[in-house]
Amino acid sequence: MGPLVPQEIIGASWNLFIAFGIGIGFGFVLEQAGFSSSRKLAGMFYGYDTVVLKVFFTGAITAMLGLLFFSLFGWIDLSLIYVNPTFIWSAIVGGIIMGAGFIIGGFCPGTSVCAAAIGKIDAMVFIGGIVLGIFFFAEGYPLLKDFYMAGSFGPIKVSDVLGISGGVMAFLVIIAALVMFKLGELAEKKWPREEY
Amino acid sequence: MKTTYMNPYLAGVLLGLVLLMAFFFSGRGLGASGAVKSVVVSAVDIVAPEHTANSAYYSKYVGEGKSPMKSWLVFEMIGVLVGGFLSGALSGRLKWKVEHFPGITANRRLIFAAMGGILFGFGSQLGRGCTSGSALSGMASLSVAGFVSMMAIFGTAFVLAYFLRKNWI
Repeated sequence: MGPLVPQEIIGASWNLFIAFGIGIGFGFVLEQAGFSSSRKLAGMFYGYDTVVLKVFFTGAITAMLGLLFFSLFGWIDLSLIYVNPTFIWSAIVGGIIMGAGFIIGGFCPGTSVCAAAIGKIDAMVFIGGIVLGIFFFAEGYPLLKDFYMAGSFGPIKVSDVLGISGGVMAFLVIIAALVMFKLGELAEKKWPREEY
Repeated sequence: MKTTYMNPYLAGVLLGLVLLMAFFFSGRGLGASGAVKSVVVSAVDIVAPEHTANSAYYSKYVGEGKSPMKSWLVFEMIGVLVGGFLSGALSGRLKWKVEHFPGITANRRLIFAAMGGILFGFGSQLGRGCTSGSALSGMASLSVAGFVSMMAIFGTAFVLAYFLRKNWI
């Protein structure tokens, strides 16, 4: 049955409308969770607020299990689901640069747009920074291209690399997440703070 | 602890369901930085169309029959603006402000926000997606790139947190 648009069960002309609707849900949930506050987001890295850890991993696991169960019930064809390809070196270095941007700037791109929507001026400045950063990458692309394309493995999955099923992989992620949630709860007790 | 925000585990489940719907309807995950890329490409294309036509990077997105603003991620991010605004309105959080740790000035916060944004923007292009597009959506589809991005982003932020502590605690 699914995914509906790639299989033309819903016309492609609806895709942008669907994107808009999904975006409303995405922005609403991010804001309700408190991701519109850089101080809450940064709290993750000092232990005083681990909302990022809890929301991020609960979200990833929910969608992961949803895909596995939908596939099991025959509701979705996983071979038609986009799996982002792995270019190992640019993924690692890009991730390191993004991590630095996260702790320096206090947002990531999605959360900064969500925060800008409720009037956070620091988030608007962060978005201005993203624009510049992307512009620098685009202009520097000829120099970066070889590194950007190096270490290509295609759309590989962790479960295939480890030689286990998707279900076992999801189970391991859930165990890891539960351990981290426990650590997060302990950290919040150790470093309490006021809500803002 | 009394909080006006949603329970984080409930919010996580809802976030996961939104992501699942993106996969179920459109066959793809969520994203954010890709929408900003579309804006940058479009802006440069308006200012310097010859440059974009000749550039190895921009030419992937512009030219005959291609319009970077008519993309899934652009419409999704317009939705994020609307959804974030609605949530803020419902919870009484609509307010112009520079949010920062009381121990630093608003100007210092803004300077660091700009620097962080530049790094995140650059890194998101090198890493083929940000926390939403690469890490979150990638993990849900069990992509190696998703797990690598997640570990690199959060790992680096943890390592650097000590040096940046005066900005936050």
